[in-house]
Amino acid sequence: MSRLDHRAQRPADLLIRGAHVLDPRERIDAPHDVLVRDGVIAEIAPPNSLDAPDGVEVLDGEGRHLFPGFVDPHVHLRTPGQEHKEDLDSGTRAAAAGGYVAVVAMPNTDPTVDSAPVLRSLREAARREARIPVGFMASITRGLDGEALTEMAELADAGALGFTDDGKPVHRAGILRKALQYQRLANRLLCLHEEDPTLSGRGVMHEGEVSARLGLAGIPSISESTLIARDASLAGYEDGRIHIQHLSARESVDAIAQAKARGVKITAEASPHHLTLTHEALLERLDTRLKMNPPLRSEDDRRALIAGLLDGTIDCIATDHAPHAREEKEVPFEEAPMGTTGLETAFAAVYTELVVPGVLPLELVVDKLSAGAALVELPLPAIRRGEGANFCLLDLEAEYEVGEAGYESRSENCCFAGRRLRGRVLATVAAGAVAFRQRTFSVVGAA
Amino acid sequence: MRHLLSIEDLDRAAIERILDRAKSFTEVSEREIKKVPALRGRRVLNLFYEASTRTRSSFELAAKSLSADVINFAAGGSSVEKGESLKDTVQTLSAYQPDLIVIRTPHVGAAKLVADWTTASVVNAGDGKHEHPTQALLDVYTLRERLGGIDGRSIWIVGDVTHSRVARSNIHAFQKMGAKVTVCGPPTLIPRDIEALGCDVAYTLDGLEKADVVYALRMQKERMTDSFVPSIREYAAQYQIDGRRLGARQVLMHPGPVNRGVELAAEVIDSPQAVIGQQVAAGVVTRMAVLYELLAGRTAPDRGPLPVGAGA
Repeated sequence: MSRLDHRAQRPADLLIRGAHVLDPRERIDAPHDVLVRDGVIAEIAPPNSLDAPDGVEVLDGEGRHLFPGFVDPHVHLRTPGQEHKEDLDSGTRAAAAGGYVAVVAMPNTDPTVDSAPVLRSLREAARREARIPVGFMASITRGLDGEALTEMAELADAGALGFTDDGKPVHRAGILRKALQYQRLANRLLCLHEEDPTLSGRGVMHEGEVSARLGLAGIPSISESTLIARDASLAGYEDGRIHIQHLSARESVDAIAQAKARGVKITAEASPHHLTLTHEALLERLDTRLKMNPPLRSEDDRRALIAGLLDGTIDCIATDHAPHAREEKEVPFEEAPMGTTGLETAFAAVYTELVVPGVLPLELVVDKLSAGAALVELPLPAIRRGEGANFCLLDLEAEYEVGEAGYESRSENCCFAGRRLRGRVLATVAAGAVAFRQRTFSVVGAA
Repeated sequence: MRHLLSIEDLDRAAIERILDRAKSFTEVSEREIKKVPALRGRRVLNLFYEASTRTRSSFELAAKSLSADVINFAAGGSSVEKGESLKDTVQTLSAYQPDLIVIRTPHVGAAKLVADWTTASVVNAGDGKHEHPTQALLDVYTLRERLGGIDGRSIWIVGDVTHSRVARSNIHAFQKMGAKVTVCGPPTLIPRDIEALGCDVAYTLDGLEKADVVYALRMQKERMTDSFVPSIREYAAQYQIDGRRLGARQVLMHPGPVNRGVELAAEVIDSPQAVIGQQVAAGVVTRMAVLYELLAGRTAPDRGPLPVGAGA
């Protein structure tokens, strides 16, 4: 993972005993002992068959699950320039606490990640501060102005994992077309935030029954789908590769499915909040933590996203982790910035709301929570002998109230706050080192 | 009842109780000394983040008629202009220990936030495009006076429904009181899915003649610059209530201030069908009844420590 950066940590020597290992891509779904030596998976053996060698810590996996670590292709770490919301340390700590072993940070920072020097200094900071490997995207246009392309080839050489103006659409088709042409040189994914500003207007939530009731300006579903349709046409014409970020609407799922059927190289992600919540939540409480872009939409849209995950139209789950400081969110709804944190709650939200009720199979969720790695050509975490250790250990029975014990993130604007969720991450091993361990989860013993 | 934040929080019985009390207060305005001691020693804080003539003055008059002390706080010329947040302003003003805060802001849900940040009772005097519950109460009061009641009556609300908190509160209030509501206006100014509130939708005035009550909304000139309507001239041609369109037995209402020659023609403003002046007068007694409902008989709020961090 040379395009990812993190601070050097002592490689783990661990024996996880008796955990139910579920790695759908490796076709493992049974209790095993997993031995890690010097950060590498040394042995996968029947439960309680391995003895811990000298100096190896034993974790009790009995009744717990071991998954390949999650990879999030879409997070905001707010660094540089907005470290009061999040920094590389707090953001990657939040990620590790959510079971993530790698995250990809968006470039809408201050300054924008739009030149090789900014990217290089950011990667250097990550090598000092990041607890798990972090990759960085660069912007498609300079300063996200939507007008002038960044030096994509040079940025790719400097380690940009992809390009995106996330937070904004590339409004001018001609600019996106040029970016798609330049993609042949830079050879990196273009990730697109799809929204037609002339349709979104001053909207602050989904346009529909709830916005009509509340008197809030709405963002119509077609604001997203019309731009997806346009950009799929552009990508098809230029034979480019695009990824659609944070899908929210049924029309958008349809637009992706049609483009895929035509052979366009297009992929898509959906967020845990769009998969589990709807605009109805705003009727219960007009909570600024529920304000994000794209907005929470209708039940019909939510069902379409779930169907899209099941049939493969949607390739991965991404959190769009978007921290904001308390004083920024503690204002009237229309004034508040868009965004919810999501790294710490992603698995638990999807597990509680979709796996427990039988809507989605567990193995599909585990797969989709790391599938984003492949989009940016990162290796998929695998629980396989000889692989570096990238996994997370969870207690699926543990139930907790979100926010009750605080957050690892520097910000607390989590849309799931106050909800009771099941599925707690006990420990995360990323790039061969222990990146997170639940405070209450003690070691069984060291041999 | 602790706060009045939304008409949706009131049932028909509560609306009738408030309006009956408003009726009993009309007698106060007819006295030589227009004051009763019902709320003597209580503090009412008017916190207005938007310009308002009649709402602010009628709340002030209502509070003073009940012998409460009134502090007026307008956002202009205050620390709000120096960037003080709504939360800090409310918590600062709460140190004056108001018993009740009347708040108007351009932001949906702000009255609810204020209610979370203070121990005082809160009356929503308009939160963005969301609600204006005392306007709805005074409108129902006015119609009760004119028609006896509105059970089974047909009420048309005509104009810019999208940007109207008056429309939203009145759709709820009129329906709770048994009326059938139709909203009518240009398709660009009728919110998508507004039918979910239980009203009918019309895009032309065809059928207006069947209405018992015509409630015209204010048409703001800036809607033209945002392309919601191509021109005010065309809007007036399509939707203006004039002497030709208004029937002799219909009742005409408007929340004020009126744009003469836009939503209403001059001849109907001064017609016997219009109850626009009565609406203004009803504002005082209705707001007296609301203040009384929230404060009389209630012991002073618990002055415990302010709920720091309460609410979102």
